Amino acid sequence: MYDIIIIGAGPAGLTAAIYARRAAKTVLVLEAASCGGQIINTPDIENYPVAMHISGFEFANKLSEQAKALGAEIKFEKALEICDGDSEKTVKTRKNSYSAKAVILATGSENRRLGLENEDKLVGRGISYCATCDGAFYKNKTVAVVGGGNTALEDALYLTDLAEKVYLIHRRDEFRGEEATVAQLRQKENLSFVYNSRVTKLNAGKRLESIEVTDKDGNVSTIELNGLFVAVGRIPENQNFAQLVTLDEGGYIPAGEDCHTNVPGIFVAGDNRAKAVRQLVTATADGAVAATEAVKYASSH
Amino acid sequence: MAFITVTKDTFENEVLKSDKPVLADFNADWCGPCQMLKPILEELSESYEGYKFVSINIDDEDELAEEYDVASIPCLVIFKDGAETERSIGMKPREALEELLEGN
Ligand SMILES: Cc1cc2nc3c(=O)[nH]c(=O)nc-3n(C[C@H](O)[C@H](O)[C@H](O)COP(=O)(O)OP(=O)(O)OC[C@H]3O[C@@H](n4cnc5c(N)ncnc54)[C@H](O)[C@@H]3O)c2cc1C
Repeated sequence: MYDIIIIGAGPAGLTAAIYARRAAKTVLVLEAASCGGQIINTPDIENYPVAMHISGFEFANKLSEQAKALGAEIKFEKALEICDGDSEKTVKTRKNSYSAKAVILATGSENRRLGLENEDKLVGRGISYCATCDGAFYKNKTVAVVGGGNTALEDALYLTDLAEKVYLIHRRDEFRGEEATVAQLRQKENLSFVYNSRVTKLNAGKRLESIEVTDKDGNVSTIELNGLFVAVGRIPENQNFAQLVTLDEGGYIPAGEDCHTNVPGIFVAGDNRAKAVRQLVTATADGAVAATEAVKYASSH
Repeated sequence: MAFITVTKDTFENEVLKSDKPVLADFNADWCGPCQMLKPILEELSESYEGYKFVSINIDDEDELAEEYDVASIPCLVIFKDGAETERSIGMKPREALEELLEGN
């Protein structure tokens, strides 16, 4: 049995591991994909205190080295379920189950999908959720961005410099994102705004060939393109724990600054917690707080 | 086994005409997930000697990337007897990569 199991090796989970190890607790970190979480996709981080410029990859590597050097054990297994027993909590993965006195949920968030048929199959074949990662493959091609927030606006702006033609598809006629970026986009000759419209169908052979767009009056049109960049937000990865832990309407765990969930001994840290600012510094801050609380809990149980 | 860097000029001999199945890793220096994957692939190349592991830099070899419809990296493509048999896109944990290699 471990003192603390941390689910997710993103910035929140790995920071929690550092704090828990420094308090001399035994720590197991379970990670479904790779250490570092979302940030590994970012080429340049400019807003983390002290590190003026650092790539997401380097950030992730340094953080996981630090956690490992302090003695955290990391296993690459996805947590599927938690059971709350009297004296211990059990976390199940596909092949194993592990128990601990306390658990920290640091599962972050994933890209929200459009929910259209074939969407998953076309990832990497015309559908992308990351313009800075995949934009380079669309030099002089036709692409569309779907979404209305800052990510969508910034993705569209980035792509106007690479692609021949960019459509920006938004379900309203006003953007939630920054006005300055909208103004910059209006100057771009290769960008067309498609307002009051949703993407309703993906047409593909081996790869994405065109999309069907439906406007608010029900008029359907087709846009031929090579790539569709989906920027419609992110969703927290809390579903696996919903039978035990209370979630809010958006699927986030409604915990205050102390990172306590409704279940004693289960804590939450990072982007999957209900909060206003989802950034590295807030994720790592949560990691420190949740670990401190989990250490207290483990010491007294 | 060493990881071989393949270019447009060596692709045919090293990949299409290889007598072993090939795992081709399409990657780029600026791609964080590709850098995370590299050490895992290097380790796997030691234990999966039935495979040839090759690396293709998509910035240097944009024609190959285009020819093989690579539109997101990391992208791992398995070639057998000159034809693609499997493809894995995005960062995957080690276990999934083992399954990819064992599935062939
Ligand atoms: C493109 C992009 C650019 C960004 N740029 C910046 C920036 O410049 N500055 C900044 O401060 N922030 C930035 N952010 C935000 C920042 O990345 C996040 O706020 C931060 O990564 C949140 O950390 P986290 O640990 O809470 O979650 P995540 O980073 O999402 O990590 C969660 C981890 O948990 C794992 N996981 C999920 N479910 C399970 C499960 N069931 N079992 C096991 N493991 C699981 C996931 O695989 C993941 O590795 C950016 C985000 C994106 C997407």
